Amino acid sequence: MIPPKFDYHAPKSVAEAVALLEQLGSEAKLLAGGHSLLPMMKLRFAQPEHLIDLNRIPELRGICLDGDTVVIGAMTVENELIASEVLRERVPLLGEAARLIADPQVRNRGTIGGDIAHGDPGNDHPALSLVCDAQFVLQGPNGRRTVDAHGFFLGTYMTQLEESEVMVAIRIPSFATHSGWAYEKLKRKTGDWATAGCAVVLRRSGDVVSHIRIGLTNVAPTALRAEAAEQALLGQPFTDENIARAVAAAIAITDPADDLRGDPEYKTAMAGVMVKRALNTAWARSA
Amino acid sequence: MSAVIQPADEREASLAGIGVSRLRKEDARFIQGKGNYVDDIKLPGMLHMDIVRSPIAHGRIKRINKEAALAIPGVHAVLTADDLKPLKLHWMPTLAGDVAAVLADEKVHFQMQEVAIVIADDRYIAADAAEAVEVEYEELPVVIDPYDALLPDAPVLREDLAGKTSGAHGPREHHNHIFTWDAGDLAAADAAFAAAPIKVEQHMHYPRVHPCPLETCGCVASFDPIRGELTTYITSQAPHVVRTVVSMLSGVPESKVRIVSPDIGGGFGNKVGIYPGYVCAIVASIVLGRPVKWIEDRIENISSTAFARDYHMDGQLAATEDGKILGLKVNVVADHGAFDACADPTKFPAGLFHICSGSYDIAAAHCSVKGVYTNKAPGGVAYRCSFRVTEAVYLIERMVDVLAQRLNIDKAEIRRRNFIRKEQFPYTSAFGFEYDSGDYHPALEKVLDAVDYPALRAEQAARRADPNSPTLMGIGLVSFTEIVGAGPSKMCDILGVGMFDSCEIRIHPTGSAIARMGTITQGQGHQTTYAQIIATELGIPSEVIQVEEGDTSTAPYGLGTYGSRSTPVAGAAIAMAARKIHAKARKIAAHMLEVSESDLDWEVDRFKVRGDDSKFKTMADVAWQAYHQPPAGLEPGLEAVHYYDPPNFTFPFGIYLCVVDIDRATGETKIRRFYALDDCGTRINPMIIEGQIHGGLTEGFAVAMGQQMPFDAQGNLLGNTLMDYFLPTAVETPKWETDYTVTPSPHHPIGAKGVAESPHVGSIPTFNAAVVDAFAHVGVTHLDMPHTAFRVWQALKAHNLAI
Amino acid sequence: MAKKLISVTVNGKLEERAVEPRTLLIHFLREELNLTGAHIGCETSHCGACTVDVDGVSVKSCTHLAVQCDGAHVTTVEGLANKGVLHAVQEGFYKEHGLQCGFCTPGMLMRASNFLKENPNPSEDEIRMGMSGNLCRCTGYQNIVKAVQYAARKLQEAPAA
Repeated sequence: MIPPKFDYHAPKSVAEAVALLEQLGSEAKLLAGGHSLLPMMKLRFAQPEHLIDLNRIPELRGICLDGDTVVIGAMTVENELIASEVLRERVPLLGEAARLIADPQVRNRGTIGGDIAHGDPGNDHPALSLVCDAQFVLQGPNGRRTVDAHGFFLGTYMTQLEESEVMVAIRIPSFATHSGWAYEKLKRKTGDWATAGCAVVLRRSGDVVSHIRIGLTNVAPTALRAEAAEQALLGQPFTDENIARAVAAAIAITDPADDLRGDPEYKTAMAGVMVKRALNTAWARSA
Repeated sequence: MSAVIQPADEREASLAGIGVSRLRKEDARFIQGKGNYVDDIKLPGMLHMDIVRSPIAHGRIKRINKEAALAIPGVHAVLTADDLKPLKLHWMPTLAGDVAAVLADEKVHFQMQEVAIVIADDRYIAADAAEAVEVEYEELPVVIDPYDALLPDAPVLREDLAGKTSGAHGPREHHNHIFTWDAGDLAAADAAFAAAPIKVEQHMHYPRVHPCPLETCGCVASFDPIRGELTTYITSQAPHVVRTVVSMLSGVPESKVRIVSPDIGGGFGNKVGIYPGYVCAIVASIVLGRPVKWIEDRIENISSTAFARDYHMDGQLAATEDGKILGLKVNVVADHGAFDACADPTKFPAGLFHICSGSYDIAAAHCSVKGVYTNKAPGGVAYRCSFRVTEAVYLIERMVDVLAQRLNIDKAEIRRRNFIRKEQFPYTSAFGFEYDSGDYHPALEKVLDAVDYPALRAEQAARRADPNSPTLMGIGLVSFTEIVGAGPSKMCDILGVGMFDSCEIRIHPTGSAIARMGTITQGQGHQTTYAQIIATELGIPSEVIQVEEGDTSTAPYGLGTYGSRSTPVAGAAIAMAARKIHAKARKIAAHMLEVSESDLDWEVDRFKVRGDDSKFKTMADVAWQAYHQPPAGLEPGLEAVHYYDPPNFTFPFGIYLCVVDIDRATGETKIRRFYALDDCGTRINPMIIEGQIHGGLTEGFAVAMGQQMPFDAQGNLLGNTLMDYFLPTAVETPKWETDYTVTPSPHHPIGAKGVAESPHVGSIPTFNAAVVDAFAHVGVTHLDMPHTAFRVWQALKAHNLAI
Repeated sequence: MAKKLISVTVNGKLEERAVEPRTLLIHFLREELNLTGAHIGCETSHCGACTVDVDGVSVKSCTHLAVQCDGAHVTTVEGLANKGVLHAVQEGFYKEHGLQCGFCTPGMLMRASNFLKENPNPSEDEIRMGMSGNLCRCTGYQNIVKAVQYAARKLQEAPAA
């Protein structure tokens, strides 16, 4: 398995990367961690003429605070998410979920921005971004814009990211007090994509769910935010009956692909199991 | 001058002989990155080969256009079947008596079949060139299911066999039929069934899997046009057989063919066969006069070289009402893929499948195996097992459980009632095998005690009584007997060469030694353990015994390493060669000590004059004398060669028990406990045995719980990378508990039986039995592997157990 | 698609080579520098046989471009021992029978040595997680776990000078 020939570009700044994207057009691909793109190239499913490597742009890497918002450089790798004290204090879901992604070596290369921008429904960060109310900072020829995670994912390998844009950062508001969170991911083995995954962030107010986000991984052409499921619990007591309504509502929006992980019936059922487990874990933590 | 004589036990300890957990001699190079695997070999002027493969499973080749590929700078040649035809090398004989296309001749028969080769300066250019070769196909209807293949109007797969009404193994009854092979006595089995009050039957599919060693297959072929000599470095488990076959195919005299198996990154049966890639690389080297390297990639490995299993089995047992088995009948439809390229002893197209009466005293038995062509890759190799023994053990162990469930007899108890008893050995099975030794009952009790079996069953009963339990609990128990060490040449040969093995030992003047064998290690640690046998036999420290294998120019002819045959066959050859040396050494020692041979006692490392410990000659003393001044009438030197033709197979056995907890919501199965008791006879190196058992259990775990090679209706193999093909990581792999008993083989010179494959053969039905047992209370007698979460969940759902 | 000149420090030695941009790090190491310790097992970043250290972190060199290593420090299994003294993980794998065919071993060793920097005193579960990017077909991992435990103990007793 040998990749086809290409030209390699290693810009030192986002502006330079954007200029290259503009200049080279659809023949160019951005190289982040490379663990999706390079295997595709080795299989010759992808044959870009130019690779623009984002790994030499320091401004794209790192985690910092902007007021109450955590700002994560798009080229920050999974192991940096896991190690981050800021994330552990502010958005603990992220580092915890990152441990379930790929394997230790791949987590040294795989980036949060690459995972999101690729638009692969099997990737984990899209659903995590949805439940964290993340925003994405995108830079293109006309400057920067910030878009909500909600609405960003349009379909398999399709997002709001334009061809000449680079994802710069992910902005995530710190979790409020009394937040609970969980990421449940059913997978066949270490390193696999989810058979079905569910991310939950919620807050409790007394016995009532006062805030809730439910996101689903790999059970539809794109990551899903299960809004009807959220509604089944928002403002309601966390009872078995309401959980069951949320699970049913989440299951109703799935549209999984048939593959060796399972058929649509199984994946749909597993989405339900993951939702239930994630809700229970998140609720227990929100106390 | 009287030196204090070191006590015998201390001297024995310093030999590090049989029974010692000696650390491995091999490791120094591997832990420092200095292994020498085939892809590490670089020869001056070496070119690289890549293979153009068929994207479709069945079709005619309309046209091949090489021009674009040949136009790429650095490309030396593009060869197709038409180019090999003048050399008569476009087809080759298989070890199973069939022929296989080297490069597709007008037709492709399976997805990823070899269609053309490209030779280029480096592997990058070769890959570009392979992509640039244009092949136009006309698609033909695809046959994936072997039962469909036998329908009267099924497409003809092997047009090259048109009109051939018989094959290497008898008459062919259909255009996609290869052979039907029978063993046992059908009339006796029928009679037993007619008279029996209880009959059970079960259909099961042992899925197609792949051995998938971490190193793929490959070779470096180097033909020297000046000398007319062909050297090939190759990932082969049987280098001498490769030499014979290469000589036959190429016409180069066998004396001018040198095959070298360097370090091998795991074999597990995948590296027994002779693949088109090897033949093409050799042809290319001969044609171009330069060394040519071919290394498979992982997708090619899984898709095209040597699958295993794919047996569709129907088993039947006849029994008394108290569970005594009276008869066994088995019918198998064996999917061999597009060419019959199984690697079995010539006489046995279904290998040693007729060991399927297992550890049980069954008076009447019959089995019939029907080999069938389909549009899948050829193979059918022994994946970490003796030929088809894994299938046989799976069949009988499943059937015994089915019978136990039918009669509501505990699964341990039914085994007690049917085991061949100790006093029955040597025991001749209804299929005609003479089991050399065994002692099953105490081994079973040892395992049941170790895990507190009654407590486990009680816990299971309580779990079953709780409808809200989030998990199902299953207990799998298997009592397997293997048949390894192929084999006696009166029964076993490969292409007519008897399945003996060999050893040559030379003792050097200063008392160190070198030994060479016809086998080849792929991780089993031969360089360590073979030396231990010699150390014990000859009293030479294993540390100063070099062991070499794999180079046909230096090693004596042997049939190689697979089917757990190294210790039973080559290990015996080592002991026998050592004993020849020992006999000569005794003569020399008697001469040196001026006594008759009969006055000498052997003790650890020396010949002693009986009754006087101070008068002795060590083996080192004798070695010096053998080269310095041998007794009159004796040849100088101290060496021996032995070719060992085993009188029988060996029959290792084991009792395995597994406890699983199945998540009723997701179908995930957790292996709570796995207890493996093995009896491999004499234990040469307990550390290595334990390592081999861990590895075999882990491979068995992978097969039972996840490995699969599913094909869609078009014959596309789904899941041909390590993303989908299940090789467990350290996280998924259970922790293993091991135990042993020792029942030496009575006919093996040191009583050893072979071990590395038992844990694979034995564990697969154990995992399976545990999963099925979790469903036994709702009447389930069998579930086909692999037990992925998805498939188990489907079973949960089908039986209203999913939550 | 011109070759790119890169400078990489491999096992402490500065190497300058012109490489095609598509050259994978594993091929650069094996073919260009003749460092054949790291192996190619799966080519899709699942098996870890190609694991090396790049700038102090474990990386699968089959899914990494050589050009990306321009200016980087790379350590392979050949650079693990220190002046002829085996690294604790090398000793651990030998003493605990943590290898059989040896093909996965260089990747295992490189990962294990780095893992013990990340987590010097790991539990068994942490070892299994930390080594989960490396496949072994021979050992069943049980002795690999022991080998890493051995190395952890040894490194704790005598921290590297």
